[in-house]
Amino acid sequence: MNISVCVKRVPDTETRIRVGADGASIDPSGVKFVVSPYDEIAVEAALRLKEGQGTGEVVTVSLGDEVGQDILRTTLAMGADRAVLLKGEVTSDGLATAKALAAELEGHDAPLVLLGVKAADDDQQQVGPMLATLLGRPCATAVSSFEVVGDRVRCRREVEGGSEVVEVPLPAVLTITKGAYEPRYASLKGIMAAKKKPLEVKDAVVSPSRIRVEGLALPPERSAGRIVGEGPEAARELVRILREEANAL
Amino acid sequence: MTNVLAVVEQRDGALRGTAREVVAAAAALASGLGGHAHALVLGGEGVASVAQGLGAVGAEVVKVASHEALAGYNPDGFSAITARVVRDGGYGVVLFAASGQGKDLAPRVAAGLDVPLASDITGLEATDGRVIMTRPVYSGKAFARLTVEASPVVASIRPNVFPVGDASGAGTLESVEVTEDPGAWPTQVVSFEATGSDVPDVAEASVVVAGGRGMKDPEQWGLLEDLRAALGDDAGLGASRAVVDAGWRPHGEQVGQTGKTVAPKLYFAIGISGAIQHLAGMRTAGTIVAVNKDPDAPIFKVADYGIVGDLFEVLPRLTEEVRAIRGDG
Repeated sequence: MNISVCVKRVPDTETRIRVGADGASIDPSGVKFVVSPYDEIAVEAALRLKEGQGTGEVVTVSLGDEVGQDILRTTLAMGADRAVLLKGEVTSDGLATAKALAAELEGHDAPLVLLGVKAADDDQQQVGPMLATLLGRPCATAVSSFEVVGDRVRCRREVEGGSEVVEVPLPAVLTITKGAYEPRYASLKGIMAAKKKPLEVKDAVVSPSRIRVEGLALPPERSAGRIVGEGPEAARELVRILREEANAL
Repeated sequence: MTNVLAVVEQRDGALRGTAREVVAAAAALASGLGGHAHALVLGGEGVASVAQGLGAVGAEVVKVASHEALAGYNPDGFSAITARVVRDGGYGVVLFAASGQGKDLAPRVAAGLDVPLASDITGLEATDGRVIMTRPVYSGKAFARLTVEASPVVASIRPNVFPVGDASGAGTLESVEVTEDPGAWPTQVVSFEATGSDVPDVAEASVVVAGGRGMKDPEQWGLLEDLRAALGDDAGLGASRAVVDAGWRPHGEQVGQTGKTVAPKLYFAIGISGAIQHLAGMRTAGTIVAVNKDPDAPIFKVADYGIVGDLFEVLPRLTEEVRAIRGDG
């Protein structure tokens, strides 16, 4: 089965973030960019499905500027067959992103579209279900494992208070979370092969963002608190403070 | 006049903890905009009975869609009905909880209405008739102030952040007819396995007890569970990425940039050193307590109160003291 996977280029999660000169975006200098971790899990899920079936094509798609080719090469090195970079601005408006992706994916012959459950940078958790709505496809979110059974997909979802099994008919969109698909490292062979795999760069149609970022600020520094004491003897004093001073108990 | 709709959740006929927060946030915003706050509840037959308490936190009208096919959450049905109620009601603002269900539902409703969605916001105010929101980005490493140039403004609010006040209203019930055909909803829920406990999810718990590598062994989690239980029914368990990666705890408990971002009123970091990506997930907590044997651990830089010491000695004592104070409280 052909599978398309949408991936986003984000700052590595160990990166320290600085606000840029415009006051509304981050300063990218010295920041290492990676495939958003959950999207990497989605790529892994797609590769495993393809390997299990022994047939099909895995295509990765990313919206962003031209430098995004680097993370698409990473997905090709993992084993994706080809990649598409949609050149266009990614903003806080997830619906604008979903529309640009939908315009591309409508041309893909892929019954299954996968995304990470959320991007590690803006953490909005919205592009997947929006994309599904635009494509008129059902969508299961926060899927930790799935299997294709005939023309349906059976998904295990991690939800509050437990886990749920849902079935959606194909074609479908799934957003993938941690669970069954620990991403592989690209082998040297994979990295070499990736250089020769097709990576198409084309202009995306992105509607203007309707979410306006008025400003970006670092969170108020939490002033370092106080050490109540050392060892178990400090427990009573801590609990007293929590009740009487912090009003938290 | 701008009316605000709060979409609230129930499960098995009981309102979720976030329901009152969403309604209260809607009421506060509506008064700033000179409009009214309404609530929408979807559920199985008899769900109207849970809706009555929402008036007391500020919903002037409580709309209830009750149908056997809505007894459990179905994304197709819930999104179709919610979008219809928003359209028919001409609401200017729609608020969801950024809970698991809200994060699944809100994007579908927003896309159906062809408007953007501001997810997981921590600030909401009306200024000169405009809605100004704050949301953490990079998991709380930075905060963005934003406005939405579309109507309705759709947003989901982070659990535990917005205060629940007391309003005097009673709330008028209005029923919403379910005209959709449940047979046409493609998603089928096959089964639900509860984790078998009533412990609230870490993202919704008002108190979180989180453990890290300092716990040394997954067998030691009983010590954390004891403290959690002593703190009451609203307390949940959290974990650092290291212990989730090691397979000691389920991913659902992970706090941090590749896990959940939480804002409980009280957060205990036990044996957690405080990597940047972990701090990003919990720095908006009300009060942070750290227990760690290393006095230089970065967690002490964000903690309000700390104890330096062997957590295997501190933890049982802490549990005892919490039991004692809550017992006589």
